[in-house]
Amino acid sequence: MKSTFRIGGVHPHDNKQYSVHQPITECALPTKAIIPLVQHIGAPAQAVVEKGQKVKVGELIAKAGGFVSANIHAPFSGTITKIDTTIDAWGMKMPAIFMDVEGDEWLETIDRSNDIVRKLDYEPKAIIDKVQEAGIVGLGGACFPTHVKLMPPPGKTAEVLIVNGVECEPYLTCDHQLMLEKGEEIIIGIQLLMRALNIPKAIIGIEANKPDAIKHMTALASKVLGIEVKALKLKYPQGGEKQLIDACIRRQVPSGALPIEVGAVVDNVATIYAVYEAVQKNKPLISRVMTVTGKSVAKPGNYDVRFGTPLTDVVALAGGVPEDTGKVIGGGPMMGRAMSNIDMPSNKRVSGLLFLPEAESMRQEITNCVRCGKCVGACPMGLEPWLLSKQAWHSMWDEMEDHNIMDCIECGCCQFTCPSHLPLLDYVRMGKAKVGGLIRARQMANK
Amino acid sequence: MKQLIVSPAPHFHSGDSVRKNMLLVIIALLPAYAVSVWQFGWGALITTAISVAACVLFEWLIAKYILKQKSTIGDLSAVLTGLLLAFNLPSNLPWWIVIIGALVAIGVAKMSFGGLGQNIFNPALVGRVFMLISFPAQMTTWPEAKGFATSYVDATTGATPLAALKTLLDKGATDDKVSDALSALPEMWDILIGKMGGSLGEVSALLLLAGGIFLIATRVITWHIPVSIMATVALFAAVTGWAGLLPESVATGEYVMMTLCTGGMMLGAWFMATDYVTSPMSNCGKLIFGVGIGVIVMVIRTWGAYPEGMSFAILIMNACAPLLNLIRPKRFGEKKKA
Repeated sequence: MKSTFRIGGVHPHDNKQYSVHQPITECALPTKAIIPLVQHIGAPAQAVVEKGQKVKVGELIAKAGGFVSANIHAPFSGTITKIDTTIDAWGMKMPAIFMDVEGDEWLETIDRSNDIVRKLDYEPKAIIDKVQEAGIVGLGGACFPTHVKLMPPPGKTAEVLIVNGVECEPYLTCDHQLMLEKGEEIIIGIQLLMRALNIPKAIIGIEANKPDAIKHMTALASKVLGIEVKALKLKYPQGGEKQLIDACIRRQVPSGALPIEVGAVVDNVATIYAVYEAVQKNKPLISRVMTVTGKSVAKPGNYDVRFGTPLTDVVALAGGVPEDTGKVIGGGPMMGRAMSNIDMPSNKRVSGLLFLPEAESMRQEITNCVRCGKCVGACPMGLEPWLLSKQAWHSMWDEMEDHNIMDCIECGCCQFTCPSHLPLLDYVRMGKAKVGGLIRARQMANK
Repeated sequence: MKQLIVSPAPHFHSGDSVRKNMLLVIIALLPAYAVSVWQFGWGALITTAISVAACVLFEWLIAKYILKQKSTIGDLSAVLTGLLLAFNLPSNLPWWIVIIGALVAIGVAKMSFGGLGQNIFNPALVGRVFMLISFPAQMTTWPEAKGFATSYVDATTGATPLAALKTLLDKGATDDKVSDALSALPEMWDILIGKMGGSLGEVSALLLLAGGIFLIATRVITWHIPVSIMATVALFAAVTGWAGLLPESVATGEYVMMTLCTGGMMLGAWFMATDYVTSPMSNCGKLIFGVGIGVIVMVIRTWGAYPEGMSFAILIMNACAPLLNLIRPKRFGEKKKA
């Protein structure tokens, strides 16, 4: 019996057929690159290079701006031309380092061979330092600095590492392909993290629509003590941190708490591969696998893209922008962001580029709420989206807080399932921003 | 490059729509309707046609001339209301009564609240109860099921199984009445396939059940309301039997089956009580809603003046639905209260 999370969820068509099993292909180097200094949750990184300075691939170019922040390394070799502001792929204005790419010269300390390094006898602290130094952030989407998760606050202990190989977003296949191609490295990465956290147990959660990945990872995991692969029933949003923990160990993280509260640490397979590369190969996080896909894309596939590469270059690899494109989404269709143009540089956050035809880009006309309750049944957090959206409409902030608005993970299940095509999540998101602001203001006032 | 469309996530939709749900409910009702036509002939066809046409027309007229808003007849909800209203009527009901019923259902129960999604009470049932109170004689004489031989204008009428049961439950009934009632009780198999007197659409218990299961399979409804109604009713009926409230001539098992299969129970539980607009939204609320309907209908059937009571039970619980919506679903990570 395959397990899954216990509350809500929906079953969108996974549409992974376009790019599934496409081998990971390296994206060609651009001539100019823009490297945003905010590619993670937390404080912006501070540039440590100057205009005119020559850098090699892997050199530190921006230092973490705090504990919850991440280092940024040069993805290319070349000359820094300026440090200025840019508009990133999400349309946000932010500081960035501009550089001219010259050749492809790497730092000598980085092991660029294809040999798999199996050495494990590190001190936990050494592994964590390496992860922090390499600027690794959660590549599943949130981009939370990984080293923070590896240092549980005093009084809390990690019991199990949960590895997220779910990839529940429709269309995306980058994690799937990574498991197939880099399975062994991922297993070593898991062992490194188990060592860093000093825990004997890890569970890899993979959804049932990836039977080859389940088989491959199970075979690899069977050779290692303490790692178990759990095949999960297909249901969105299983890749959500709280949902995945519930599916794997049947514990629910309380409202407002972090996974460590129930003894779990969750990391995505792509993050764990980055950990392997950082610790074993001395290679900082300078690239990620992105899925470029869509019904009309000529060559949908999984591309290894260095951060700072203009997205137009990546799109060109996949055969260019399809004629009928109406919307381009950074990430998957459920939680990804629609982009206003694709000249932006790629960054740690963009896990995919999805081209939707114009016919699928517009929302349908909304009709009256018929109180069918499908949104209540679909909400994986057990909330009442119909009520929250009405409360937001009427500015009932206190009531929204009382109805646990801050628990919303913005997965979009409610809006996906609504037969009246109501923009439920738009309202909930607005309410959440407002209530979040009120809560912070109250905390400041009470200090 | 041309302008890209930008909007917040999600960028993907299930493809579900109000129209699709209404259409699926209508499809689910069709097999049972075929039995009705087979049992009641022209009367079934005429009554349904009038009811559906009147409901759609009234909705269109009210939207256009009174509310002055965009017509909503395209969502098929008026068609469904018309169909369900017809299912709740005797097949030989005079046409003008049907039209009055449709006006009350659409005009009073639905559009006066603001149209689809705004009403408190199930429109078809409000229409039916209005007619039951206003035209008690016409509404409680049912033609005998003789297929197309059943005349629309002056059919021979007969008792419904539940009316016969009601007589049996009456302690003061004379022996003559009891034996009459016993002979009026149809065979169990006839009840299941719908060979009995009754309202137009309520007769085929088996096909209504099949339609209901189809609705669950297509995720139009969830199991909570119908199952909680049926379970409550079955339990109540069984307890009545064990408590010795039934005459000796009726076995408890038979009584339970009869209660479940007649008097609009199937129609009410699967198609009327599950109406989106007038039922609670959380699963917990739905269960309480169903249990409430089950208890009220059995109280009416056992001690009340009406042999059926399903309409009243659903309408009473419709009124409780907003209250039941105050029950919060179990939140993720919520601890059980000690």
